Parts: sequence; C-alpha cells; structure tokens
Amino acid sequence: MPRYLLHRLLMMIPTLLVISLIVFTIIQLPPGDYLESYIAELQSQGESVDPQKIAFLRQHYGLDRPFYEQYLYWLAGMLHGDFGYSFEYDMPVTDVVGDRLILTVLVSFITILFTWVIAFPIGLYSATHQYSWGDYGLTFIGFIGLATPNFLLALVMLYLANVYFGTSIGGLMDADYLDQPWTWGKFISVLEHLWIPVIVIGTSGTAGMIRRLRANLLDELQKQYVVTGRAKGLPPVKLLTKYPLRMALNFFISDIGSILPSVISGAEIVAVVLSLPTTGPMMLSALQSQDMYLAGSFLMFLAFLTVVGVLLSDLALAVLDPRIRLQGGITR
Amino acid sequence: MSTTNDNRSTMSAERFVSQAPFDPYSIEALTTEQERYYLASQWQLMWWKLKRHRLAVFCGLILLLLYSSTLITEILAPYNLQTRHTNYIYAPPQAVHWIHQGELIGPFVYGLRYQLNMTNLKREYFLDTDQIWKLRFFCRGDGYRFWGLFESRFHLMCPAEGGAVFLLGTDRLGRDLLSRILYGARISLTIGLLGIAISFALGIVIGGLAGYYGGWIDNVIQRLIEILRSFPELPLWMALSAVLPVNWSPVLVFFGITVILALLDWTGLARAVRSKLLSLREEDYCTAAQLMGASPRRIIGRHLLPGFLSHLIASATLSIPSMILGETALSFLGLGLRPPITSWGVLLNEAQNINVVALYPWLMLPVVPVIIVILAFNFFGDGLRDAADPYK
Repeated sequence: MPRYLLHRLLMMIPTLLVISLIVFTIIQLPPGDYLESYIAELQSQGESVDPQKIAFLRQHYGLDRPFYEQYLYWLAGMLHGDFGYSFEYDMPVTDVVGDRLILTVLVSFITILFTWVIAFPIGLYSATHQYSWGDYGLTFIGFIGLATPNFLLALVMLYLANVYFGTSIGGLMDADYLDQPWTWGKFISVLEHLWIPVIVIGTSGTAGMIRRLRANLLDELQKQYVVTGRAKGLPPVKLLTKYPLRMALNFFISDIGSILPSVISGAEIVAVVLSLPTTGPMMLSALQSQDMYLAGSFLMFLAFLTVVGVLLSDLALAVLDPRIRLQGGITR
Repeated sequence: MSTTNDNRSTMSAERFVSQAPFDPYSIEALTTEQERYYLASQWQLMWWKLKRHRLAVFCGLILLLLYSSTLITEILAPYNLQTRHTNYIYAPPQAVHWIHQGELIGPFVYGLRYQLNMTNLKREYFLDTDQIWKLRFFCRGDGYRFWGLFESRFHLMCPAEGGAVFLLGTDRLGRDLLSRILYGARISLTIGLLGIAISFALGIVIGGLAGYYGGWIDNVIQRLIEILRSFPELPLWMALSAVLPVNWSPVLVFFGITVILALLDWTGLARAVRSKLLSLREEDYCTAAQLMGASPRRIIGRHLLPGFLSHLIASATLSIPSMILGETALSFLGLGLRPPITSWGVLLNEAQNINVVALYPWLMLPVVPVIIVILAFNFFGDGLRDAADPYK
C-alpha cells in the first residue's frame, strides 16, 4: 500500500507539469504582451500609468523574456504560492480568488454526493428489473437530464424558485453574508442556496452513472457464483446484497474519475448563469479580458482539483478492494 | 441394383430405407434462410441487427430527416434568417386554427394587436379575431439565394398576403424564431459532424500509432491521453475559444470552434483503436501479412481497421452529442460562434437572463431541437453499438 501511494503521488508530478505547460501555452497564445494592452486600456480611459509599476511588473513576471523563461517563472512562483498578478483587478491573484476555490470544491463535492444518492437506487432497480417498464422509464428520464443543456435548466429553476419560493436564489449565500468571515450562519445560508446548482449540475452526470452502474451490476449478476447462489435457494435480497451490491459500491468510488471532470465543467457554466461566487463567472471574465494569470490560475486549479479527486478515489478504491491493493493497479 | 432390392425384401417390412442416393454433405446443407445469413457480409448482418432495434431505427430516421432538412432549409423556413418585422417585436407564438365561427376555413392564424403594458413595459399582443391570415403553401415569399447559387422565392409555407405568421414567436429584432431554428440546425448539426470527422481522423492515427508500435510511443501517447482526459472539458474549451482572434470572420470562427471541439474529443476513440489493435495484431493473419512484407500502413489500414471500424463508428456517434452540447454551451456564454452565423447556441444566447424566462419564454424553444438531437444520437448510437458486433 505505501508503495502504491508513493507511485501514484510520483505519477502526479509529471501530469501536473504537463498540464501547467498546456495551460501556460493557452494563456500565452493571444498575440501581444498583456502589459501593453493593459497600458493602452488605461491610457484610453485617460488614467495615468505609473511607469515604475509597469516596469516592476514586467520585470517581476519576466514578460520581456522568452517563452520558456516566463513559464519557469510562473511555475516557480506557483510553488511559492504566488500565482501571478491580476491586471484587471490590480491585485495579486491569490487575493482576488479568495473563497471561490473552496466554494467550487464544496459545490463539486456535494454534487457528486447528490449524483450518488440519485443514481444508486435507480441503477439498482434498472439492473434487477432489466427491460421492464420501470427500467426504460427511469433510463429515459436520466437521458433527458443528460440531453438538457445545464445552463437552461439553471435558468428555468432560477425562475421557478423565484415564483414558488419567493426567494432570489442567484448567488450562493444571502447578501448579508457576502465578504463576511465564515460563521455558522453563513454556512447554513450557503447550504440553503446550494440545492439548485447541485440539482442542475447533478442531472447531467446522473444518466451516465446510472447507465454504467446498470451495466456493471448486470455483468456481476450473470456471474457463476450468483447463479450458484440462486440455485442453492438463497433469498433474492440476500443474494443481491451479499456480493454484487458490494461490487457496485466499489464502482461508485472508481467512477469519480469519470464524472469529476464533467461535474467541474458543469459547475463552471451553471455558476455563470446563477452568478455563484465560485470560479466560473470570474474565469469567464478573465478569459474574455485575457487577464492571463488569473485565467491561468483558475484553469490550473480546476485541473489540479480533478487530478487530486481522481487520486483520492483511486486510493479509496485501493483501501476498499484488496485486488487492486495487491496487484498495484486498476483495471477499469 | 437388383441385389439390394432382394436384400431389402428379405428384411423386416417395418424398416424404412430411403431410396435417395446418399449425400455425404446432407448434414451441412443449409436452408436458403441460413445460407443467406451465413453468406451475408458484416455490414449486412449489422443492418439486420440494427433493424430489430426499433428505437434506434426510429431515432436514426429522425436524424436523417433533420439532416436532410438542412439541405432545403431555405424552402422550409417561412422567412429568411435575418428578415425583420419591426411591427412584431417579441411576438408570442401563434396557434394554427382551422375553424372560424363554425366555418371551416383551412389552416390560418389570427392577426395580432400590439399594446405596450405601461406598468412593466412588457410588449403585449392580443389576438385580433377579425383578421384572418390564411396560410399559403408552395408559394412565393421572401427571396433568397438557394445555396448561394441561384435566386428563388419558393417556400413550403408563407404567411397570407399582408399578414404574418410566427408559429414559434419572434425575437428582440422581430425575426421569426421558427425560421431561425431551421437555419440554426444547419450550423449546429454540421458542427457535430465536422468535429467528429476531425477527431475520428486524429483518434485513428494516434491510437493506431500507439497500438501498432507499442513501446515508448504507446507510453507517451497513453500519458498524454490521461492528462487530456483529466482536464475538465468545458473550461479548456472556453480558454481555447477565448484565444481565437477577435478579427476573425465568423466563418473562420466556426471552423476554429469545430477544431477546438475536436481537439479534446479524440482521446476516447484513440483508446478504443489502441486496445483493439493491441489484441488484433497478435492474430495469425496479421503475422502472415507481416511475413509477406506488408508495410505497417497497409496492415493497419487494410487488415486491422476494417475489423473494428463498425465499433469505431458506433462510439463516434455516441460522442457527437457532447460536441453539439459543447458548441451550444460556448455560444451561450458568448465564447462560441458569432452572428451572423446562427446556431442553436447562438439563439439561446438571447435567452440568457431571467427576464426572458419570465416575459418571453418562447425564446428558450431552440433548446427543444437540441434535446431531440442529443437523445436521438444517444439512442441511435446505442443501437449501432449493439449491432456493431453482429456475430455475438
């Protein structure tokens, strides 16, 4: 087990390095130097530009240097916790981002829990009642969730909640708690606002999960030991819960790897529509105004979140499933 | 001959012996039905198996219908893409009636009377039952250049002379939503096909390299695929499409977005190609080809690929929906296609705020074709995938 853990942790390093290279290349792609456009914008608004500050920024972030040196600066800075400078907000990126990262993690985590809670009973029912009307109906509902664009669902939910509950559910907390330190009350308020984004993001992932769970469980149910158990007269419920269901539980952990990227993707666009204080809206505006370090940090963070999430799920799986622990690998 | 007859007559009478000459292949003889089955080509078997999957066939027909409608969009749409009706801004969908005051008239719509609600500044339209606008069919309406080739005025359906017909309402510039959805289908549907063509090519080439050569090439490609898959797609799409230069023409942006969508999508296909190749290259017929001096390109292209092409096509069909949804999401955010190129995502961009949902909900209608297409592709792809292995 420690060997496996070490191996996985070491594998993360090259992965993250390549990701950071891709991210940096993307944010570098637009032509021109960001400080140039920054100065031009300030001058067009009639504001004065402090040449000292520009010179400092240029020197600090090595903007006059070749591509690979800039990249190394950025990388080295990130290792020290310096994610660069947001030109739009005129602040270091770490100060701009603030709570947003935590909230993104929170939304993603709860969404995955929600997906589990919904997908598990449906997948179980579909597998045990294969080709029944319930199977078809539930699968179809799942598909509709998959096919409806998240953002539109968010919009409609926003409207319905407004009409039927009389609350404005845009945002992730009551306005009173904005920019306040974390308290119990703020936490409760966040939870109250969380359900809409969670439902909206969760719907798209649920269908895929139901489908995979159903297929997995069906494979398991056709295995010899299940047939033997049934032949020996084991009660159906016990037959189901004793082994096949436990296999399915493992699958829930291993499936995080495939739903996490889509959950995070979904969270971004839904956050834009619902104007949640997560990474989504800010990343969109950073990309549009080409505020390179801010956008880059968000991209890097989202990729990091995915990689770590997958790692955690693999580790949990290794703890749960001795076959993986002993073979030191995962066959998915 | 005569001796056998004698023999028989001496044996017991109940035993029946066939007079027909002995055919040593009688057990292997096939009925015509079986023969047809055994001699059928792989594609024919797939077709038979697919035909039994009712839902998949139905969805395939819907897709066929939608795609062929994009060929004659100009004729199907009652108006042109950009035709503006300044008297009917935010007009609600009109219902088609048949009977007016107990009298059968044929399909018609009632006229609309416009009034500005002074309390919430909403544009309100009332039915004007005195005005009857009879729909015309196979008629002359807005002029257009069919496929940019020749001028025409022919439409399948037009409004009455001097009247108007907005079956799905109009938008903020008074453009007919039905026509715009029909025109949007052209872009939204082709972007999925174009994108999948690019990612298909990428997937086959890269997966083929990894699977056939193995070794370090395989390792590098596998790591790259893992990394690309660990990226959340949408943020990366957003970042890449934000990179597209602002001064590009809308057509260039269209191709740019297609390429961006395809760039992240080939990984699944490449993986499928790789794993299939890895198992197939150990087969005897592959070794035989190698010994006869066939080049890797020929072995992959001629001997290995056809063996699992059907699988690839099926899984490609299943990844078209994510591309269409991706384009819709990007355009909705304003990072995707730009007007005058109109896709369903661009249309939905107008439904971006909650006022629209409250006041002009019909602007969300472009989502209906999106859902239909996604569902149809999913079910059709599922059926294809089941049919892809006809020997099972």
